[in-house]
Amino acid sequence: MSIEAREARQPWILLSPALAAVTLLLFVPLMFIVVYSFWLRTATGADQVGFYFDNWREALTDPFYRDILISTLRIAAITTVVCAVMGYPSAYFIARSRGNKAILLLLLMLPFWISYIIRTMSWINILGVSGAFNTALLAVGIIDEPIQMLYNEVTVILGLVHFLLPFMILNIYVSLDGIDTNLEDAANSLGATKWQSFIQVTLPLSLPGLAAGGLLCFVLGAGTYITPLVLGGPRDAMFANLVFEAIITQLNWPLGSALSLMLLAVLGVLVMIYNRYLGMAQLMKGLG
Amino acid sequence: MSSVTLNNIVKRFGDFTAVHKTSLEIPEGDFVTLLGPSGCGKTTNLRMIAGLLDPTEGEILIGGRRVNDVPIHKRNLGIVFQNYALFPHKTVAENVAFGLKYRDVPKSEIAGKVQAALDLVQLPNVGDRYPKALSGGQQQRIALARAIVIEPDVLLLDEPLSALDANLREDMRVELKRIQDQIGVTTVFVTHDQSEALAMSDSIVVMSAGRVEQVGTPEDVYNTPASEFVANFLGASNILPARCTGRDAQAAHLDVPLFGDVPIPGDKTGGVQQGPAKLVLRAEKLLVLGEGADTTGLITAPATVETVDYQGQTVRYFVRVGDEQLQAINMIDVHPFAEGAAVSVGFRPRDCAALPG
Repeated sequence: MSIEAREARQPWILLSPALAAVTLLLFVPLMFIVVYSFWLRTATGADQVGFYFDNWREALTDPFYRDILISTLRIAAITTVVCAVMGYPSAYFIARSRGNKAILLLLLMLPFWISYIIRTMSWINILGVSGAFNTALLAVGIIDEPIQMLYNEVTVILGLVHFLLPFMILNIYVSLDGIDTNLEDAANSLGATKWQSFIQVTLPLSLPGLAAGGLLCFVLGAGTYITPLVLGGPRDAMFANLVFEAIITQLNWPLGSALSLMLLAVLGVLVMIYNRYLGMAQLMKGLG
Repeated sequence: MSSVTLNNIVKRFGDFTAVHKTSLEIPEGDFVTLLGPSGCGKTTNLRMIAGLLDPTEGEILIGGRRVNDVPIHKRNLGIVFQNYALFPHKTVAENVAFGLKYRDVPKSEIAGKVQAALDLVQLPNVGDRYPKALSGGQQQRIALARAIVIEPDVLLLDEPLSALDANLREDMRVELKRIQDQIGVTTVFVTHDQSEALAMSDSIVVMSAGRVEQVGTPEDVYNTPASEFVANFLGASNILPARCTGRDAQAAHLDVPLFGDVPIPGDKTGGVQQGPAKLVLRAEKLLVLGEGADTTGLITAPATVETVDYQGQTVRYFVRVGDEQLQAINMIDVHPFAEGAAVSVGFRPRDCAALPG
């Protein structure tokens, strides 16, 4: 075999374990889901194999699903904005601190050492009827009865922000860290105040990180079912909860498949728009 | 345009003193170079003048006005950074126009001023490109255009040529000096490169370990170094132990082992008095001579060539004279001497300088 031929084959050999994993664990199951979504669940509870559009018709036309999809996207959007507003100053602080950067980044990673479910449930101990907050208010005498603070949209967003903030901070940090500090000095020397040079130079140069963090927060936020399950009330279901409900509770795989593909399509379009304008490379930087 | 004055400036970082009590007077319109090895405090001084660092003690005056408490954006300085620091998300024209937005320049005049600055740096047609589409040398010119378009009181250059390759560096050196002459702005230039300093400066401030070693014109610091450090930092020098045996109206007499009495001309005696002293002899001024060479006016000693470092037009010899190894950089007359050759070395007393021992 010629050297060129061998060199041409080498990337494929190196990629093959990853390709095998992606194919077997992601692509094949996804194809199953696609096939399932065209089956039909009969009144007897058995799945009828075939090519029916009933699930898709239901998923796409029933206003119940449409409303929950819209509120899911709204919750994800609010969460993303809150994460961006809260995350930017933290990321800026870490990027501009000298010496203790490593410790600050470690602290940022610390929450990942605890299960996301446990972290979500911890809010029950803080905001619950007999949680820390109510107990403290009762003890001080500000209230006579515990307040029901949990199980509404606000606590769902709170839980999501808690879960997603580190992703946002990390992404913004990575892009801020790559900005030459001389640029701000140069802007200052040309007559811009600190704030003006931030708006003119640092902020625009960190937008790719902000966008990458935003995409991650939005996609992860829109796809979650744990947070609304633990911290939301009966009316706060998000789209992934519908999938969970259909598949796990009702054992209606065909409908659950159609719903999950719907969510996948909506989020996929978002990712494609992002990729078109900013490229996936920025996202990889933030994750690595 | 303004003068710059440093009054007893001290800068400490924690326990480390980067700049020891430094006073400096930079006259209006001058091109002054802070020259020294890395860590000598030259950049710290520049950053203090710029307002990027606060002096721990002392005063900085620009145009006679104390600026210690004036923030950088109000100092009206043009700074050119070593890595150019062009804004990558703005076009060249937007980069150059940046400083004008913060001054009372009418919008209608901005484009004209930007074009004039681009013309001055001889890149009139790159306004709508982005910095990354330009070469290093071109980016450097744009950084200069951006700094001078605001008509700064003082232009600060932080090793602006060191990121360029050798040929380009020499071209930019001439170019930079031409532009500075043309606009006449007071300029403070920081470099560790002695040839840049010698070629461009009205005066050179040689710094070492946070202290000013010498201030003078390029010829002064080159010919009459005030310390051993200066003698060695600007080119190669031979420093020989000697003894001052006396001085008269014209000269100080140094007794140098192997060479005998060397009369140092009055303006280069470095104030040596009777007693131990040092003789400074530039490598270019030490001649390696073959048999029968004309030694009129030279003080000579027999020597052996130890190492020959051939450089085409010139050659650098390391020669052994008694216990001392001396360096000589000579023009080549047909062929350089061979290693091991028995030669003599000689120099004119007026090419020497003396330092206190």
